[in-house]
Parts: sequence; structure tokens; C-alpha cells
Amino acid sequence: MSNEPTLKPAVPTVGSGDPLLSITGLKKHFPVTDGFLFKRQVGAVHAVDGVDLEVFPSESVGLVGESGCGKSTTGRLVTRLLEPTAGEIRYAGQDITHAGRKELAPIRSEIQMIFQDPYSSLNPRHTVGSIIGAPMEINGIKPAGGVQRRVQELLETVGLNPEHYNRFPHEFSGGQRQRIGVARALSLSPKLIVADEPVSALDVSIQAQVVNLLQELQRELGIAFLFIAHDLSVVRHFSQRVAVMYLGKIVEIADRKSLYESPRHPYTHALLSAVPEADPDDDRERIRLTGDVPSPLNPPSGCRFRTRCWKAQDKCAVEEPPLVQLSGNAEGHLTACHFPEEAAVSGVPAQRAEV
Amino acid sequence: MTTQAKPEEVSAGSGGTPFLSVRDLSVRFSTEDGVVRAVDSLSFDVAPGSTLGIVGESGSGKSVTNLAVLGLHNPDRTEISGSIKLDGQELVGASNRELEKLRGRKMSMIFQDPLTALSPFHTIGKQIGETFRKHTGASKKEARDRAIEMLTKVGIPQPTSRVDDYPHQFSGGMRQRAMIAMSLVCDPKLVIADEPTTALDVTVQAQILDLLKDLQQEMGTAIILITHDLGVVARTAQDIMVMYAGRAVERGTVREVLKAPQHPYTWGLLSSMPSLTGDVDVPLRPVRGTPPSLINLPSGCPFNPRCDFREQVVGGGCTTERPPLSPATGHAAACHLTPAQRQDIFIDQIKPRLG
Repeated sequence: MSNEPTLKPAVPTVGSGDPLLSITGLKKHFPVTDGFLFKRQVGAVHAVDGVDLEVFPSESVGLVGESGCGKSTTGRLVTRLLEPTAGEIRYAGQDITHAGRKELAPIRSEIQMIFQDPYSSLNPRHTVGSIIGAPMEINGIKPAGGVQRRVQELLETVGLNPEHYNRFPHEFSGGQRQRIGVARALSLSPKLIVADEPVSALDVSIQAQVVNLLQELQRELGIAFLFIAHDLSVVRHFSQRVAVMYLGKIVEIADRKSLYESPRHPYTHALLSAVPEADPDDDRERIRLTGDVPSPLNPPSGCRFRTRCWKAQDKCAVEEPPLVQLSGNAEGHLTACHFPEEAAVSGVPAQRAEV
Repeated sequence: MTTQAKPEEVSAGSGGTPFLSVRDLSVRFSTEDGVVRAVDSLSFDVAPGSTLGIVGESGSGKSVTNLAVLGLHNPDRTEISGSIKLDGQELVGASNRELEKLRGRKMSMIFQDPLTALSPFHTIGKQIGETFRKHTGASKKEARDRAIEMLTKVGIPQPTSRVDDYPHQFSGGMRQRAMIAMSLVCDPKLVIADEPTTALDVTVQAQILDLLKDLQQEMGTAIILITHDLGVVARTAQDIMVMYAGRAVERGTVREVLKAPQHPYTWGLLSSMPSLTGDVDVPLRPVRGTPPSLINLPSGCPFNPRCDFREQVVGGGCTTERPPLSPATGHAAACHLTPAQRQDIFIDQIKPRLG
């Protein structure tokens, strides 16, 4: 494996060829136990409950949803930080669902993760140099010119001063720390980066700097991203395709244009209408969702969104809607709903979308 | 575009005597590294029943200002000068006993993280009732009834049984509702909400903002809304004050500041935010660099090291002279650029980017 990032000329056409990552029917149930000494299982948290998703090379897929919808768990399953309960994860055609430590080792260097909190994801006792160099050391990679030179190159790539090699994380601001996290993820020239809320802990202007950095890296190095976030406008800006999760399931997935301009699932519609825009003339119709997300311990029967849905009917409680392409939808726009919104209904007013 | 005239659009900042009037407020902390000038000659007014949004990044002095209003700073380590008048009563230099009478009754606070702001050892009802009993001398029974009444008002289902729950039994959105109930229990005339929705999901955020607005209309409370999200302000407030490095850099009505911003920092904030409709292939234009240290502020305009328009100032006073917030009333900005220059730059360079 080459250690130098190879520059690719342009963004390859998304959706072509074989997927880099393909997930089918992925499930993760966390057991809930009771009793002293002799634990018995009394239930399970259905954190991820049957997710199908594909990520193509050099593509960024956004995963959005409210807290507790299972988006972070999905990310952790993909990186195999958690053991899946059921389903299949394939990376570049190879089944890694239950791959052992030895089998995973070469793949781990190709799938890297950027964490949400830049404060707790960097070891305060290690210098920046050893934090970014650690993945190379662990994988026994000796880059040409030495680890230090490679680390300094990476620091420069992410917009930090290479002379700060010997500094400790506490000497950096939040945005700079997140850049260190990005440099660490890049150190093994990964093909897929799982970014779990990489910018939500940062201030707006710093957030924009990091989003720009990630976008540049994605374009120049051709890295595929699974971008997990709750901020719909950031996801729209960064990801070519977006999947909306609700209570452990994907309810709608489409390319960003189709999803943001003609959402078909009521939940997507409600989410989009709830995003506040910095525009006093913003007169979009607002949908007030009542109540909270139901407990994943005991998810509602049928369609999981029915308890908060204003269109729910008897059918919704009985039959679970499949994730399919509805008539009037663009290619690859899948929706799981019995009574979808009109295709013309737009989450974002058309005249503003044209700007 | 159909501009549905929002009833609260009437500039509430003008006319009438302000309920809260802050003049030349400075807050300084002595630390081992030097004196931190957290707030520096800040002046603003809040009219009865209106909402002022204070916007800025972390460390811009938003929260420090409002803790000073509530008198919550440790007097041994804090130096506060200037004047804070609440309903005609001077708060700077007021004794703790006087402040205690006001806190919770005339002014109250909604904190960002309800899980840390609520005590885990006491029931929700007891915590809401405590404030009520302290200020009205009511009995336990009356306080409990009042707590139930408040919980009903903020939309907690089954308030008569939930009143005896502990905070951990509530979801995030419900905890924030309980916090709001607690802050409004004595019908205060001023509520300071410090990032009330930052920890919440968008759909819950929309619920909470609607609730605050409804309660404000019902009870005529003035609200200071501290946030870093311009979208939240656009949806809730009538007036905005943008803060940078402990000073106000721009002030005006929501429409003025968001539609025709005058200060380069406000421009930077607006172009840092990806929108739901903007162009996706252009990189964001964040403010470059990082916020300054409050111990060692840049001379002149504190924003000058990050400003892109410094060269265009005739006479080049940016590094030597601190620009005042002018004009004294109405839409004002603290910048050395002439109003005509600002107007041109905004229309030619900034507005096209915002989409």
C-alpha cells in the first residue's frame, strides 16, 4: 500500500462501479439485563434495526437524524468498533461483518474515523507528533523520509503549522484539535472516513473552516465519506447523497437535490421545515412535530414514525412500509412510507431554491 | 415574495422606557496569566415584552454579560464597572441580599444544559416549587400546585404524576421545558435564555422556541436570547446584537442586521453558515483565523487581524483606533469603513454569496 496520498484529477462519477462499502440488513441490539449475579436479558435496545446502505468510492454519504436514531451506532458498526447483531457489512467486496482481529487489520487502515469531540478524542499526554504518527507505528508503516516528515506533511495538509509537531493537544483551540483528528485519520491514506459529527462541537466560523478542509480533502484525495451529522444544512453542503434515519431505520435516501427539494417522507419534510434559516423573510410552512422519539427499547409496530406522524392511518400500525422508489421519484430516491408527501411538495420554497 | 407580516416585527427596541438598560458595562477577571477583559464597555437596552438576540462565538462575552446582569459572578475575582439598571434599579454594586430578591422573581435564567442545571437529587416539582416558596412564602402544597400548573403550561403530559419525577426520568426536550417552567414560576419580567436549544435536536428546538414565543406573548416577558445560531435569532427575536471579543460590533433589528449587515464580522458569520438553498459546489467563506485572546486584545479594532477589508479603510485606523458603535441609536456597527463603503461591499461581494 502506498503511503503517499495519490492525487486524483476530478471527482469520479458517483454511483458508478462497485460500492466501496455495502451494508445489508445491519442490526445492532444492545441487551438490557436485570438481576444480580445471574444476569438475565429482559429486553434489547434496537439501536440499529435493519439498515441497507452503499457508499461508492470517492462519494460522501450523509447520515442524518435526531439523537438516538442510531446514526452513530451505524458508524461504529462500519468501523467494527461494535459487533453487529445481524446483517452484513462488505468492504470492497469482502465480508467483514464478523471478521477477526487479524483479518481486519489490513482493512482497519483503510477505514478511519473522525470523532465528534476534539477534546476527548486526543490523548492529553501525547504530543501531536505521536498522536498523528501512532497509526503508522501500529501498522508498521515506515514512510519514505521518516515518520516525522510524514506527520509534518499531514499537519501542513490540514492547515496547521508543521513546527507544532512537539506540542500537546491543550495548546490548540477546538478547531485546531479537530484538524489534528483529521490529520490522524489521513495518516494511513484511508479510502473511507467515517466522520461522526465532526463539526458540531465547533463555532460557526471554525465549523466552516473544517467543512471546507474536509471537502478539499475529499476532492483531492478521492476519499469516500460516511458523514454523520444532525445539522441538515451542513450535510447538504458536504454530501452528494443523504440518508435520513429514524429510530434505527433509514426512512428516506436520495441524492441531495432530490431529498432537499422534494422530500417524500413526512419525517424528512418535518426535519427540513424545523431547520431555522437566518432569513427574516423565511416563511416556509413549519410542521410542529409533537412529542419525543419513542424508546428504541420497544419501538412502535409497523411504521416507526406513526406515533408522531400527522398522516398515520390504521395501515401504518400493522404493516411496515418498505424502502422503495416511489412513482415520481428521481432515480435512487427511496422512501419508506405508505402515505408519502406529494412529489411537488418542497421542503424548501422553489423560488429560493433557484437562487 | 409574500412577506407575511409577523406581528412581532414592530421594532420593540424603540419607544417606551427599557426594562433593562446596560451602560458601559465592563467585566474583568484576574487570572494567573493576566486580566481577562471579558466584556468591554457594552451598552444595550431591552424593552418590556421584547426579545433581544445576542449572537457571537464562544468567548465573545455573551454569557459573561448576562451572568453580570444576574449578579452571579464571584465578587472576589471579578471587577464589574458601568451600570446595569433593571426596571430603574441599579444592579452593579447591589448587595447579594437585594439581588437574591430579584433573581427568580423579576429576572430569571434558562441554562443551556438542563441536565447539569437541574439537581438530580430533587424531584422536578420540588425544584420548581422552591423558587415559588422562596419569593411568595407559599406552603408546600401551594408550591406543588403551582408546579403542576407551570408544567401544564409548558406542555408536559400528565403533569400531576410527572411533577414527582426526577430529572433523569425526563427526556432532553422535557427537561428544557421543566427549566422554562422553573424560570417562569414567579412571572419574571425578564428571562435570560443562554443557548436554550443548543443541546437539542432540530425538531425539539422548534418546539421549545415556539413555546418560548407563546409564553412571551401570554405573560409579556422580555427575553434575552443568547445563541450562536443566527437562524434561531431570525425565528425568535426582534433585535440583534452581534458581539465580538467582549464588545458589540453590530446592533439593529433582525431585519436590518440579517438583510443588510454592516460589519465585516457579521458578513463572515453569515457566509460561514451553509443554507438549505445555497449553492453546494462553492466552498464556504468562513472568517479566517481564530478569535483573539481576551488577555491580550489586538490594538484598535479587535477584529482587525481577521478582517478582509482592512486595506480599504481610508487613513488606516484599524490597528490604532477602536471604532465606536455608531450611530448611537438604530442600526449601528463598530467599523472604520464608511457607511457608503460598507453598503457597496455588502451588495457587490457579500450578498451574491449568501444566495
